[in-house]
Formats: sequence, C-alpha cells, structure tokens
Amino acid sequence: MFELYRPGNSFLHAMRPGAKLLALAAAGTGVFLLPGLPAIIAVMLAVLAIYAATGLGLATAWAQLRPVLLVFAILFAAQVFIAGWLTGAFFIARFATLLLLAGLLTLTTRVSDMVAAMEIGFQVLRPLGLNPSKISLALALALRFIPVLAQITGEVREAQRVRGLDGSIIAVAIPVIVRTLRMSDAIADAIEARGYNPDKA
Amino acid sequence: MTSSTITFDGVSHAFGDTPVLRDISLTLAEKRIAVVGANGSGKSTFARMINGLLLPDQGAVSIGGLDTAKDGKAVRRRVGFVFQNPDNQIVFPIVEEDVAFGMKNLKFSKAEIETKTGKMLRRYGLEGHRSHPAHLLSGGQKQLLAISGVLVMDPEVIVFDEPTTLLDLRNKLRVAEAIEALEQTAVVVTHDLDLIADFDRVIVFDEGRILADDAPTPALKAYVEAMSGV
Repeated sequence: MFELYRPGNSFLHAMRPGAKLLALAAAGTGVFLLPGLPAIIAVMLAVLAIYAATGLGLATAWAQLRPVLLVFAILFAAQVFIAGWLTGAFFIARFATLLLLAGLLTLTTRVSDMVAAMEIGFQVLRPLGLNPSKISLALALALRFIPVLAQITGEVREAQRVRGLDGSIIAVAIPVIVRTLRMSDAIADAIEARGYNPDKA
Repeated sequence: MTSSTITFDGVSHAFGDTPVLRDISLTLAEKRIAVVGANGSGKSTFARMINGLLLPDQGAVSIGGLDTAKDGKAVRRRVGFVFQNPDNQIVFPIVEEDVAFGMKNLKFSKAEIETKTGKMLRRYGLEGHRSHPAHLLSGGQKQLLAISGVLVMDPEVIVFDEPTTLLDLRNKLRVAEAIEALEQTAVVVTHDLDLIADFDRVIVFDEGRILADDAPTPALKAYVEAMSGV
C-alpha cells in the first residue's frame, strides 16, 4: 500500500491532478447517494473495469482492499447484527468502492503533482490564516514517512522484545515518539537546506 | 576571495549554558576540507553554520562575502547540505520527485528540472529507480539520492555531515567516490579517517576550539594523539 504511484500512459495518468481530485470528490459523494446493493455493485464493477483499462490490473485493485479485510469483517459482522446481512453487504460494498476510487487517484498521480494541485485548492484557506504551501508539504511528508515510521516502530518493538517488554505499549510508544520528534527536527533542517520557502507566492 | 570561500570571523556559539564553538576564525578556500573531532566537539555546529542552518551567537560566517545572517536565502542557494541519515533528507516518496524538490523551490523551469533529474539519476546509477519509492532503496542508494537532490541545485559548496556513518563498506566506497568526483568545494564532517586521507586540509575540533588545522597527515596525527591522551 506504500507503493503509491504507478507510471503509465492511460487517460487517468494524463488527466490533470486537480480534475482527478474533484472527480474523486464527486464520485465519492455519488456513491453515498446510490439507493441499493445492485447499484453499488454495478459501480464497483465499473471501477474495476477502469483498473483493467488503465493497465493497473485487478491484482492492484485487490491490493488496495487486502490491508483492510479485517476491518471489513468486523464492520460486516456489526452491521449484520444490527441491521441484517443485506445492509451489511451494502455497507461493505460502498466502503470498498470508495477505497478503490481513492486508489485510482493515488496510483495514477505523482505525489508532487497532487501536492501542487492541493496547494492551488487550499488557496481558499489563506484568508483563515492557513498557509496552503505548508498544508500540502505536510501531506506529502505524511505519505513519505509512513514507511519510515513503520520501520522505526518495528526496530523499537524488536529492541523491547529482547528486553522482555514486548507486551508493553508504553515501552514501544515512548521511544517511537522520542525518535520521531528528533527525526522531525532533522527533516525540518533538511527542508530548509533545500531552499523551501513556505511564504512563496 | 572566490564565491566559494568560507570565512568564520570570531564565531562563538552556545546551546543554553554549554559553549559549543569558542571564538573560531578561519578562511577555507581549498577544494576538499575535512572536519574531525570527538562527539560534542562542535564540528556539526560548525558545519551547520556554513549554510546558515545555525547562526552564530557572536561573530560572523560568510560564503564568498555573503553573510549567513543577512543573506540566508542566497547562502542556501550557494551551499548544499547532505545529512548523516538520508532518510531524514528525502522529502518526497518517489525518487524523481525528491530530486526535483530543491529545484522547484528555486523556481527552475519544468524542462530544466526534467533534464537535470535524468542526468543526475544516470550519474549515480539510479535511473532504473526513477519512479520507485525512495524507501525501497538501499542505504547507499538513499545517500546517493540525497547527494543528487543537493547537486541539482547547482551549489558551489557542499557540506557533508558524517555521510558514510550509517553505510556498509561497499556503500561507503560508492559515496566516497561520489565525493571525490565532485567539481564543487566539499566540506566533510566525519569520523571516517580513510575518507579524508587525500583531502587538502583537515581541521580538528576539540571542545569548541580548533586543535589542529593542517594537511591530513600532521592534523590526523595530532587528533589521534589527543584522543589517545598521548
């Protein structure tokens, strides 16, 4: 799931990132307006057809859903218990369709292009005192450092296991937080050293 | 004085009550300059002052006449910085996007960014990884990517803060070769004494002062003697 962008020449790759973000917002809203299970399954099949047509393939579509299968199972069980299996299936199909739609955006758009598009979109927040450049860089950094944080957590967990502390959440959380804070100082230095200016036009 | 001449004039700096640099004055005009010293001796603080990441409490640092306190932006354009841990320097998730980051900040044209990115990735054998996630590269490849991201900004001076510390021997040699082949002035802070054996000048720091400032052989002799208490 960390391998975001897949290079390609499809119509989605060629589409402007801003247009894709708007299309995703519209499609995501549309999914919530669909009346029943047959309609949502039809849309999901259409999204899967786009995966095939863009060269991403059905295996890539499956890779978007696989990490959340456990969450799906828990939600489905809860919905079946509360409202019945038909509602449960509808709920899960809608959730899966949304994830697949979001995957189409991230798999066909470079992060830097997405950041540039978001920077333009976030200009509306400027009157509220928010800096669009900082917000979009923060989003890029979040995507970049998810695997690094996962690696740090793995290293700390291993070190604590050696010391017999593998059951303690605190023993893992504190060193991870300390290392992350130190790392954030270093990253801030690196960004500054590479000429970043958040107050650019 | 050339545009890459580094000048420290009476520079002192402290973190809280702890002095880390004490009245440092020197001019660096050589092509390959090494900075060595024990942990906490002030060498990393010295390096960070060269591109204005840190400003001195007293005295002034200038690069080719540009004062780091007054002309920070221009200094940063002139002086690139490669950090010890490339994971903290790579900002964007994809290799080519990260190389482009600094150039975009400096408002290079799209065509220029494309050309320079391709050229730099070919130079360091990263062309095949162009569209790959940066976190999947090896340690040495990540450090070469970090160097690429700095070099494309056309700096005249590059400061390396312990660039080989986290690398295995093969990757250490690759990075050493990359530094050796640079046309720019390189200031290398390091504990790796083999790396700097052929440098033009070695500055040894000890408790915020310059213990030795000489060619590698005499400077390193003084360093080893000081560290072993001879």
